[in-house]
Amino acid sequence: MSGVPHADAMVTPNGPGAAAALSAGIGSFALAVLACVADKAPAVKALMNIYKPTGPLSGVTTAAILIWLVSWGLLQYLWRRRDVSLGRVCWIGLGLLVLSALLTFPPIGDLL
Amino acid sequence: MEITVRGLWTLIHGMGFGALYLLAGSAALAELWRRYAPGDMTPLREQDETFLCLWLTAMSVLAWLTVLTGTYVIYPWYRALPPVGTVDLSGYPQRLLLANPTTRGWHAIGMEWKEHVAWLVPISITMAAAVFSQYRRSLRNHPPLRNAVLGFVLISLVAAGLAGFWGAMINKHAPVEGGHTIRILGGES
Repeated sequence: MSGVPHADAMVTPNGPGAAAALSAGIGSFALAVLACVADKAPAVKALMNIYKPTGPLSGVTTAAILIWLVSWGLLQYLWRRRDVSLGRVCWIGLGLLVLSALLTFPPIGDLL
Repeated sequence: MEITVRGLWTLIHGMGFGALYLLAGSAALAELWRRYAPGDMTPLREQDETFLCLWLTAMSVLAWLTVLTGTYVIYPWYRALPPVGTVDLSGYPQRLLLANPTTRGWHAIGMEWKEHVAWLVPISITMAAAVFSQYRRSLRNHPPLRNAVLGFVLISLVAAGLAGFWGAMINKHAPVEGGHTIRILGGES
């Protein structure tokens, strides 16, 4: 997935697109994991309570958005002029998104 | 005909931003599927691409407005704690649902899922809008990326639909109401 330098300057490299897809998956997964952890660990729950009226949801979503944006920026920088294994990266991104949707469903999240 | 301030915000959040997102999403899916299929040689006009780019951007704005109003305007009213000894829980929707075993699930499953799954929507659609605005017609040259954009838009629609469904059902059982009353139209005397 590290990729190779892009040869043809006329064709848009796939790296930036792959970075967007993978980071969206990472951000979504971070949200689901943080939600599960905050639900089970009182210390994390208290840590995530950054805006009292909204409760731990405020910290969970803020942290997930930060993880998403930072990973996007980082991957975008690393892959900005590269072609990567697009199919694999996109499937990982989509897989993480689907997994996140499942993990946020309480009966599944409670199994962890 | 009257509506409370909290009721109005709930309306703006769900029937405004949320419902508009769902309507816009199906159109975006159809356009991406139909016009950006790999190998399709149908010429694409720049105006159409710009339009779809703006469409996806508008969807992103709607998604962000929906989750931000939901999380920071309505949710605090939903989860507010009543003063000790309060008997009438109608102003405290979460407590009202939890007080009865037959409605408990609307919070324990419905709201617990809705409050998190809804946040996958702005992440997904922002990704789709960013990728489309960068690649536009060259998406045809990157089939996996086009499929990923389609997948993210589809999952964002499913997540938005779930959030909307649970929101509507929860609001039927324990509506978020309160605040000043706004008189919209005068009724018959």
